Order: sequence, then C-alpha cells, then structure tokens
Amino acid sequence: MDRRSFLKTLAAALAVGNARVVAVEFDPFPPAPRLGKPLSPVGERSRFEAHVQRYISPNLPSRHTGAAFAPISELDGIIHPNGLHFERDHAGVPEIDPKKWRLVIHGLVERPLIFDLETLMRMPTESRIYFIECAGNGQNGYREPPEPTLTATRSRGLVSGAEWTGVPLRILLEEAGLKPEARWVLAEGADASAWVRSIPIDKALADVLVAFRQNGEALRPENGYPVRLVVPGWEGSIQVKWLRRLLVADQPAMSRGETSEYTDVRPDGTVDAFTWVMEPQSIITRPSGGQRIAPGFHEIRGLAWSGFGKIRAVEVSTDGGKTWQEARLSEPVLDRALTRFTLPWRWEGQETVILSRAVDEAGNVQPTREEFFRRWARNNRYHYNGIQAWRIRADGRVENGDPPLAGGPVPPLRAGGCGGEVLDG
Amino acid sequence: MARALLLLLLAALPALAEGLGLGRELAPEEVQAYDVTPIVLPDGRGLPEGEGDYAAGFEVYAFECASCHGPNGEGAPFDRLVAAEPFSTELPPHRFAIGNYWPYATTLFDYIYRAMPFQEPHKLEPDEVYALVAFLLVENGIVPEDFVASRETLPKVRMPARKRLRLDPLTRKLYPWIELP
Repeated sequence: MDRRSFLKTLAAALAVGNARVVAVEFDPFPPAPRLGKPLSPVGERSRFEAHVQRYISPNLPSRHTGAAFAPISELDGIIHPNGLHFERDHAGVPEIDPKKWRLVIHGLVERPLIFDLETLMRMPTESRIYFIECAGNGQNGYREPPEPTLTATRSRGLVSGAEWTGVPLRILLEEAGLKPEARWVLAEGADASAWVRSIPIDKALADVLVAFRQNGEALRPENGYPVRLVVPGWEGSIQVKWLRRLLVADQPAMSRGETSEYTDVRPDGTVDAFTWVMEPQSIITRPSGGQRIAPGFHEIRGLAWSGFGKIRAVEVSTDGGKTWQEARLSEPVLDRALTRFTLPWRWEGQETVILSRAVDEAGNVQPTREEFFRRWARNNRYHYNGIQAWRIRADGRVENGDPPLAGGPVPPLRAGGCGGEVLDG
Repeated sequence: MARALLLLLLAALPALAEGLGLGRELAPEEVQAYDVTPIVLPDGRGLPEGEGDYAAGFEVYAFECASCHGPNGEGAPFDRLVAAEPFSTELPPHRFAIGNYWPYATTLFDYIYRAMPFQEPHKLEPDEVYALVAFLLVENGIVPEDFVASRETLPKVRMPARKRLRLDPLTRKLYPWIELP
C-alpha cells in the first residue's frame, strides 16, 4: 500500500449511513501518473502474464521429439494465440528460409510441378477456423490409478484452435492433373525426420488446406513455417508441417507414423491403422485441477470439439454425474472448431465432482472412462477422450476426480507418449 | 449488368479450364534430384539399389544406434527395437518393438533412411541402412542370420505384427475402397 492509498474508516462508513460497510483499505487504482511506453512495432504480453506458458513435461527424454501443451487452464476462447498453440515435433523445429522453400507435386500426375512460396501465395485461398489435436491428447487418461494433481492443460492441452489460411489442396492437385490410378497423397515434411503421412485422395480433394497463415500472420516455426497441411478434424500428426512435397500414389506409404506410431490397440489385441478422425471431446477449464475456488457464484467454463463436425451440445454435471444440465454454447459454433461452453453455478462449499460431456452433430457422445476402455485396450496410447472429472474439495481445492478403473492398475507405463506425461513406477 | 457479368464469366472460363498456369513443370531428372528421401511403399517401390547383411549391420548399429537404443536394441533412453515377448494387451507400450508391433519391413528402411540417426539424419548410405534392417530383423527373430536385405527381399518379409493390423472400422465406413497393403 503506497501513500496515495487511503483508509476508509468505520466512521466514514457510518457517515454515509451504511452500517454494512466495514473498515477496508484499498488502492484507488488511479490513472497512470506519468507518460506510458511509446508505440511498439511488435506487441508483447503484459509481464504479469509471463507465467502463461506451454507446459513441457519434465519426463520427456528429449525436447526434440515430444509435445508442449497449450495452457488451456489459463486461456478462454476458440482461437489460441500463436505462441501458445500446442506443439508436437518429431525431430526438432527446422529453420526454413522462405526464399529457399519449395513444394513439389509428383507421382501419379500429368505434370510434376514445383512451387515457390510467392507462387503458392498467388493462388486462390480460403480461411477456416479449425482445431488441431494431437492423437496423443488425453494420454494421461491411460494412467491408472488417475493422478490427483492433473490439470486441464495436462489432461487435454494437446489441442488448439486457429484461423488457417491457405490454398485448397484440391486446387494444387488439379493444377498438376491427377492420373486415374491416383488414390493417395503422401505428404512429406522438411524437418530432420522428413515426416511422412498418407492421405486418401477423397480427403485430399475435399477440405485439406495448404496453409501459410495462422491467425492472419505467417505460421510460427513450431507450427510448420512457412507452409503446412491442415487436415480438418483429423489427428494432428497427419497435418504435415514444413511441407516439402506431395507424392501422388496408388498405395499408402505405411510410414512409421502410421504403423508403429499412431495406430490403436483394441481390447481383443488387434491394432487399428488409419484412426484419423478425432472423436468428441470436452473439458472444463474452470474450475479445474490445481485451481482453488471460494464458495459462491462461479461460471463453469470449458471447451468442446469433434472431428465429426459441429458440437451439438455439452452437458455438465455438478453432482458427480447424478444429474446433467445443458451448458450454453458460445457463438460461433463452427464445424470442427473449438467451441466454448459456460454454465452459471453456485458452489455452497461441500465436496463434489463436476463433469462435462460433449455431443456432436453426428450424434457421437463423449464416453465415460469405463466406456472408453471397453472400446480400446488399456495399453493403447492414443485418442483418449473419456470424460474428465474434477473433484472439488471442501476447502475449494480442485483435483483430478477421474474414477479408478475396475480391474486395477494397467501394466506399468514408463515415460512415454508424445507429451512425456505417461509415467509410472 | 447481368450481361456484363455473363461476359466476364465467359471470359474467365477458358482460363479456369486450363488451370491457373502457376507452378513450373519439372523434368523427370529434376524430380529425381528432389527425391532425396525416397518414400518407400510396402511393395518396395522407392527402395534404392544396394544390400546389407547382419554382420555389416552389427557394426553400423554399434556405432550409430546403440547409444540411444541400447547395446541389444532393448531401448532406453529411446525406443525399444528388439521385442522381448509377443504382443498382448498386457504389454506396456514401452515394450512395443519391431518384432511384436511393426507390420511392414519396408517401413524400417524408409524410416531409418529418412530420419536416423536422430542427431544427424540422412548420413547413412543405402547399403548401411539395408545392413541395419537385416540386423534388426535377425535380432527380432523374423529372418535367418544369413538374410540379405535388398530391394527384392524386403517387400517379401512377413512381419509378425501384420496379422493383427486391420483398417479402423470408421475409416472403412468412410472409405470402403481402402485396403491395407
């Protein structure tokens, strides 16, 4: 408290005739007493927001392959700031000089073509708001028993929303002219792992973007600068960053990223390839794990999304799942984009569990933890979308409220998963 | 106004029909020059000439790979390569390896050639990569010790994990024409 602050006395309160006003000290928060900072060519966050950062697990064996989580516990909105968009690299972030960047389209095409960035940017463009989500998002759900100190960021922060601007891949493929045998587009990145993924031609012609703008500016290096694929609604690892070529083929590559990684184990021991579409998700970001709330009014806030289309509804329970209420969806509610939901709530101070579940326009419902593990094996690694529960303790502390699974612990999981978060023993 | 629009449209049509005329057409040898990390398909297309066997692979492995994957491919700090047991739903993910989880031998060549060694990729010659693939296939008990990896032999190797791999049912519904190689 500085000298400009002043004390309101009880006498003063009585003088205005309001007996409920008690003696309080407060800073009158006056306007700035002197000239502020000058114009700046690039805006920076307030220094008081410096703690809002991507979460990088201390358990990762390398920071060159792994994922950094968007801090969704501390953000609101369906567009993430570019510097906080989640990041997943397989061999570090390459530094690419846009003057040297090239894209080659070859294989089963009439005319193999090469584009430089200037030429690509002359072509017809579209701008769309989409979520991108790592297939490993939710990986903490594979832990058993659930970890009490989980946060919303570490639970579902491998997702982000952005407005992507680019050339529809269809236009580039038509420019090269597809041969009749063309069935797959194999996309390759220019990172040190020359990351390769296979996209069926139907999807490539439908809605894939060759993107060079992220929220209006150039892509961030960690998100594919200067050019990446955006494959709406599908797992992030197929949305090849630092794009350098497109090989049109009659077969998929069955690359490492679509065989030994990013394949999914079923309870009967079969392994599913090409698990592309991201299933409905929702998460309450406030109140959420690691936060502490006081009794009284709260707006429950969160995000929902689905690779199948728009979010139709989000239902919220504040009594551990006994009853459910429909949350309000904040406009705009967009196809395969993050959607905000809110629900006004009064917390009376007793221990409870809050939950959210998403329903998408195709009718898919986000499963409970038990339901999820009836569909997928306990040693699967990807696509966890079980309902996240938050337990609110009587003292207002919020913890992971996920129920332990019947059947006890899974086989011990060592540091692994793209986020480095799955660690036991 | 309507007529003006129609005229404009008609004028634009030929241009669209011919495409945008953007991008430069590449000669086959230019495409070849750009293809520095060939994409290998399961039928072997994309595999370069060359060959390698277990003994040669043993040396390359010790020098280039063992520090990350363990002296015998047992993993730590990075991925396990040699399977210690068959696959089951009880198997912890860090024990997934070539012998129990990798469904195609061609992927081994493709991935090592394009992405390994992690610190300094694209330095190994095709013969060295073929040798590594032979070494890893032998260590996983998939081929006999005298196996020679090459463009001809790799597509024919049947991996134990292939029999468990299937197309995701949702993907099959969306794209009924897709078949796994």
